[in-house]
Amino acid sequence: MSVLRFSGYIIKNLFQKPATSMYPLKKQKCFDRTRGHISIDIDACVFCGMCSRKCPSGAIGVDRQVKQWDIERLKCIQCSCCVEVCPKKCLSMKNAYTAPSVGSVKDVFHARVPDNQPNS
Amino acid sequence: MSKRTIVPFGPQHPVLPEPIHLDLVLEDEKVVEAIPSIGFVHRGLEKLVEKKEFTEYVYVAERICGICSFMHGMGYCQAVENIMGIKIPERAEYLRTLWAELSRIHSHLLWLGLLADAFGFESLFMHCWKLREQILDVFESTTGGRVIFSVCKIGGVRKDIDQDTLKGIVAVIDKMQKELKELTDVFIEDYSVKHRLVGVGVLTKQEAHEVGAVGPMMRASGINQDMRKLGYAAYKYLDFEPVVENDGDCYARTLVRIREIYQSMDLIRQCAAKMPEGEIEEKFKGMPSGERFERLEQPRGEVIYYVKANGTKFLDRVRVRTPTFTNVPALLKILQGCDLADVPMMVLTIDPCISCTER
Ligand code: SF4
Ligand code: SF4
Repeated sequence: MSVLRFSGYIIKNLFQKPATSMYPLKKQKCFDRTRGHISIDIDACVFCGMCSRKCPSGAIGVDRQVKQWDIERLKCIQCSCCVEVCPKKCLSMKNAYTAPSVGSVKDVFHARVPDNQPNS
Repeated sequence: MSKRTIVPFGPQHPVLPEPIHLDLVLEDEKVVEAIPSIGFVHRGLEKLVEKKEFTEYVYVAERICGICSFMHGMGYCQAVENIMGIKIPERAEYLRTLWAELSRIHSHLLWLGLLADAFGFESLFMHCWKLREQILDVFESTTGGRVIFSVCKIGGVRKDIDQDTLKGIVAVIDKMQKELKELTDVFIEDYSVKHRLVGVGVLTKQEAHEVGAVGPMMRASGINQDMRKLGYAAYKYLDFEPVVENDGDCYARTLVRIREIYQSMDLIRQCAAKMPEGEIEEKFKGMPSGERFERLEQPRGEVIYYVKANGTKFLDRVRVRTPTFTNVPALLKILQGCDLADVPMMVLTIDPCISCTER
């Protein structure tokens, strides 16, 4: 009976849990390769600015003078381009998404000043 | 002659979340003329090519469309590769084909869902999209993105798929094929579905030829043309025949797309079986110089990429002619003389992607 073809689905759906999950309350499953967010090993960074120049959306800012590296999370399109071009390989793509937000989020990183050097 | 009324349709409307606007000239309930206007989401992506290096523009090209994004990146890469005379490794060709065919499945499933939604079959719509989720998971696990993959690059691809994952993909496809059969049977046999589709919006072979329809729209009208037959990427190694139907109505267009899903599944199996080992990218030096037209078959039809390079790292011009753009005249043709209630169906059966039309 072609009329009743969909009834099976309907009955099944009545007794099933929802197919969607309550993100962000519930953690989302990610794959190893999922492009979630960029993370930086700031100690290895030499502030060459390569990542900032190549970033298609201009999400990264690098200031050599004050040794600062920053990223605007919502501007970043998770393309991994910066990871590829970084000469020190200090950028990496992590598989968890950044938390949802309503405004722009800027994460700023500063190079640690070694203890035995005066802060210039 | 009865009085004529003009009903504005869109740019915000219930059928599809995309801004196409039609002024429908009605005589009673019949549409006598449709006047389109587009340009609500122009983003200037073609102009961006003067600001981004040609290797980076791939990221922009991929973002022209949110559904067939991979094939946009692939078309652009192919054009630049052909200008520069780069021969990409065979494995990369197969990988590109694999992702392209998976994209076709996900695009067609999305479309089937939207069609079901347009004729008011909500649960069918949700099931189509639920099925599509499995393909999106394959994308996320192999490329890292659900719809924008960023795996295509000039000279090859960025990521490889190992043998186990490849087997996994084929297993997903096999499992999906069974579930899909149940769904597509509803589209093909259900009385009410057929009632909305059969004989509606007929585009004859001659008309399809005259207005220059492309893709499933054209193949549903009996014209046998498929750009994949040009043999780009790995299609030259694969065995397939274009899907053609002859009726030219909404039902035929649905059938073409349904059969294309099965065809894509078959192509994926062929890809997985034939994929050779080897490198996935070819290193290259220098800058492109010259121009090139590239034609590809997207889920919606033929897309043309025109790239003009001048020997520097910034290209002179990129022009994308997307399938929806070419199908709009066909839409206007079938809208003439149809019932107002059938308009959403017709707009949907060209599988419109307005955002990529306006770039
Ligand atoms: S490219 Fe790497 S080393 Fe250079 S500024 Fe960026 S993160 Fe630091
Ligand atoms: S992932 Fe892409 S968009 Fe994001 S910061 Fe890196 S280069 Fe920029």
